[in-house]
Amino acid sequence: MNNFDYGAAAELKDAFIQVNENAANAFLAGGTNLIDLLKYNLVKAEKLVDINPLPDYHGIEETSDGKVRLGALLTNADTAYHPLIETNYPLLSRAILAGASAQIRNMATNGGNLLQRTRCYYFYDANVPCNKRNPGSGCSAIPGYNRTMAILGTSEYCIAVFPSDMCVALAALDATVDVSSAEGNRSIAFADFHRLPGNTPHLDNNLQHGELITGITLPKKGFEKNYSYLKLRDRNSYAFALVSVATALDLDGDRIKEARIALGGVAHRPWRVKEAEDLLQNQTATRENFAAAADLILKGAKGFEHNSFKIELAKRAIIRNCMMALHPESQMPGAQPSA
Amino acid sequence: MKNPPATGQSISRIEGPLKVTGAAKYSGEYNVPGLLYGYVVNSTITKGKIIKIYTEEIKALPGVIDVFSHENRPSTAWFDMKYADMDAPPGSPFRPLHDAEIRYNGQPIALIVAETFELARYAASIISVDYEKEIFDTDLRSHFGDGREPETGMASLLKPPPPEPTGYFETAYAAAKYKASGEFYHGTEHHNPMELFTTTTLYEGKGKLSIYDKTQGTVNCQLYVANVFGLRFKDVKVISPFVGGAFGSGLRPQYQLFLSVMAALELKRHVRVTLDRSQMFTFGHRPPTLQRTRFAADADGMVTALNHTAFAETSRFEDYTEVVVNWSPKLYPAAHTLLDYKLVPLDVFSPMDMRAPGGSTGMHAIESTLDELAYQLKMDPLDLRLKNYTMIDITVNLPYSSKELKECYLKGAEKFGWANRAPEPRSMKRGHKLVGYGMATGIWDAMQAPARAEAAMTRDGKLHVKSAVTDIGTGTFTVMTQIAADELGLPVADVIFSYGDSKLPFAPIQGGSMTTSTVGTAIRAAGKALRKKLLRVAKRMKDSPLGKAELEEVIFQNGYIILKDNPQAAVSFADIINDGHHGLPLKTTNTGVPNMAKLNKYSRAAHSAVFVEVEVDEELGVINVTRALTAVAAGKIINPKTSRSQILGSMVWGISKALREETILDNQLGKYMNQNLGEYHIPVHADIHDLDVMFIEENDEHINELGIKGLGEIGLVGVAPAITNAIFHATGKRLNQLPVHFDMLL
Repeated sequence: MNNFDYGAAAELKDAFIQVNENAANAFLAGGTNLIDLLKYNLVKAEKLVDINPLPDYHGIEETSDGKVRLGALLTNADTAYHPLIETNYPLLSRAILAGASAQIRNMATNGGNLLQRTRCYYFYDANVPCNKRNPGSGCSAIPGYNRTMAILGTSEYCIAVFPSDMCVALAALDATVDVSSAEGNRSIAFADFHRLPGNTPHLDNNLQHGELITGITLPKKGFEKNYSYLKLRDRNSYAFALVSVATALDLDGDRIKEARIALGGVAHRPWRVKEAEDLLQNQTATRENFAAAADLILKGAKGFEHNSFKIELAKRAIIRNCMMALHPESQMPGAQPSA
Repeated sequence: MKNPPATGQSISRIEGPLKVTGAAKYSGEYNVPGLLYGYVVNSTITKGKIIKIYTEEIKALPGVIDVFSHENRPSTAWFDMKYADMDAPPGSPFRPLHDAEIRYNGQPIALIVAETFELARYAASIISVDYEKEIFDTDLRSHFGDGREPETGMASLLKPPPPEPTGYFETAYAAAKYKASGEFYHGTEHHNPMELFTTTTLYEGKGKLSIYDKTQGTVNCQLYVANVFGLRFKDVKVISPFVGGAFGSGLRPQYQLFLSVMAALELKRHVRVTLDRSQMFTFGHRPPTLQRTRFAADADGMVTALNHTAFAETSRFEDYTEVVVNWSPKLYPAAHTLLDYKLVPLDVFSPMDMRAPGGSTGMHAIESTLDELAYQLKMDPLDLRLKNYTMIDITVNLPYSSKELKECYLKGAEKFGWANRAPEPRSMKRGHKLVGYGMATGIWDAMQAPARAEAAMTRDGKLHVKSAVTDIGTGTFTVMTQIAADELGLPVADVIFSYGDSKLPFAPIQGGSMTTSTVGTAIRAAGKALRKKLLRVAKRMKDSPLGKAELEEVIFQNGYIILKDNPQAAVSFADIINDGHHGLPLKTTNTGVPNMAKLNKYSRAAHSAVFVEVEVDEELGVINVTRALTAVAAGKIINPKTSRSQILGSMVWGISKALREETILDNQLGKYMNQNLGEYHIPVHADIHDLDVMFIEENDEHINELGIKGLGEIGLVGVAPAITNAIFHATGKRLNQLPVHFDMLL
């Protein structure tokens, strides 16, 4: 870890001034990933601009048009346990609580959750080739131990996965990301926020330096009746997903009015396939129909030496989680499979 | 009123409040003014040579004191032998900063000493090094079948090579009707104790050092430091009162000790060297091992032939060995046995003992193969083990000194509800889950080594007992206090046990499940000698009510020597010291040695029976160990509470070994890739469900006077095979690679 300056910002304007002083300056919120990256010498910040003192963005508010806005500086834990989220957006609450550990969720913020870096072993080891860390150096994961890596949307340059659970639910819920900068404000649809690796794997998302996430807006529709989050991983807590699935269903009896299915742990961003969701529209909620949707979601999936199992696992997980969404009470702590 | 004996009582750890309040000081917490901090630079290549280390710009950083490498290190002992610690396997021990050669990835190549830890760490991150790379090989799996015989040395005393073949295995196996075989792979594991490896060396002047070290052997480190740096033995003091877990990783002096001492001597300053979590992966590990088994039985279920072969990784510079293949005939006396153990030297650091070394590896293969044999025979796996039960260890043709394994099987099975097991695989279900029951046997040698202990009675009637032994979290402090209390008939509150300091009477390294028997026997010897001394002084006192009583005619109880025949005739320990010994402590130092003449007539082992229930999600493969029970026969249990904790910890480890932990080795890069606790998966609370422990006490009159066998390893050996056997019962799939990944069941 290099020596860096620290500056606290109590006003948004000041935060932008400080962060724009140097391209190597970074915002600091919960720090649960950023501090690790500094310790691993993967991020060499000149200055950390602490945005925790900003007076706004620490709460949850309902907007006049019935949407809900999550403050970027609210912690993951306070979001997951907020009555409005537990009641109206239980899928989001479930997904957040399947991630990290209680201690990390108490520190990590909503804005930061979107910006966490991949957990690819090779990205974290500064002494081995990695295109994400050092563009052009090569990818060690493709010929290496790639059990945890992506099966969808990969490129010849990078097969890393985006590790968030929360974002899988946000993707399914069609959230938007509210962003501010010295130039003004903009909103980014969730599907446009994270990127696929392509030939620019060093870019995780479309946020520019100097831009700050101030909030996440949830549409009115929360799918609070039929939802489920399932996370499959190498231990029951404090491990990243090998495959996770967020399902949200709007049902009329056993007829599906609308379906949302997002996958985590399989790609460089949360993975949604519109055709699969359209396929389910006006169909009955059966295993067979969910299986057909799963096939569409996984179309084009490509396994590597140690992670081909993810293709079959993801298919089964989609089917199971959709069945669980018919009975949300069947969900287990830690987003484990139903009993 | 008579005290109940302290041994056998469930006493909470004496040091528990210190640990949970943070008052217990660990080796990295001894702060002194002027302390310097060292941070290690590790090799980023796997094999080759250092061409140049660019130290000038590092040395120019304000606050950096010095940079040590092979180019400028102070001269140390020349001969390999001087680097050989008590646990060194045959070969040439690793010598830090010795020369330009890189032998493995992560090898320490320089030490940066600075005024703060953060500065030293930063300097290590920007130092540049030129290497000449060479081709390396770290891949054990590409060497199935081409190992070589290990060098034997002192290590083979505690780790005997496989017994000679008996009978005609190939003929017997070929002719047998019932057979089972398997190929097994266990990957690398690292100890990952909670406490990081740290040495704080205080430079006391005139060649004198006080060293706070994380170790399982204070005297072992004292010897090593004195030998390597040419210091007088008595000038080196190694202190380690609290150890935050070690599991074998502290049996050998680690390189932070060498580097901290080297820098302190050279700079004539106090120096602390702390290894971070990833650096803990750069010395010693459980070696990856390939195994092959072929077992045969007759139609009645009598095991007739046993073949077990292992190929284990070692380094290019030492022949580290384990006892992997010796166990099956000790448990199942077949007429035809063929056991073989080979080493494959690779470009890694030397492996080292990790909880139940060898036993936990070999018993997984043995107990899985036996389970398979039970299915072939259509026999209950428990019945197969009972059918082949033996009180004789055929590998040495001696009876067991005691063996209550049968009771472990029967009582364990009853409490677990083994009778509810449906015999067919995939025949038990619970909702979406397939349910499986599995069982396995555990065995571990009961060993003892020589040790010394001091016992002293002071004028306040308190017993002071001293030993250089460490307490690596097992409860040694508490258990030794209990043993000492009973020697003098005192309540534990009147016993003060001092330990974890090399200046105290000699104790060997704390490993191999032999500490309680070893140090306990020394304390017993000292206690006996102190009783004699107390009686002798008491009898000399004016008007002593004890008259001419002999040791057999008195009892030591509650702080008094009392005549057996006349309980009114009593003298207090305090009076003996105050009136009979001028208030001066009465002291004795004695040696406890194993009684080999007696022991050589028996085979000595602790045993266990493990019963496990798993649930496997039929659709997704997700595995949970929903229930596990271990029944242990390990001689006398000195403290049921700390003993139970030790077995519970082992069972959690067994779940970890079967389903969770693995060091990921990338053979193309020649390095470990998950060097942190986020990615090196050990179980979390959500992985641990119902665990139960039973002790079947053994009254072993042969093993040692205290009847102790040791508990450090026995709790682990049988757990992993019981889990994989339960997975087979649940799913019909036999998984022979540890850890099991749930996707193997898709």
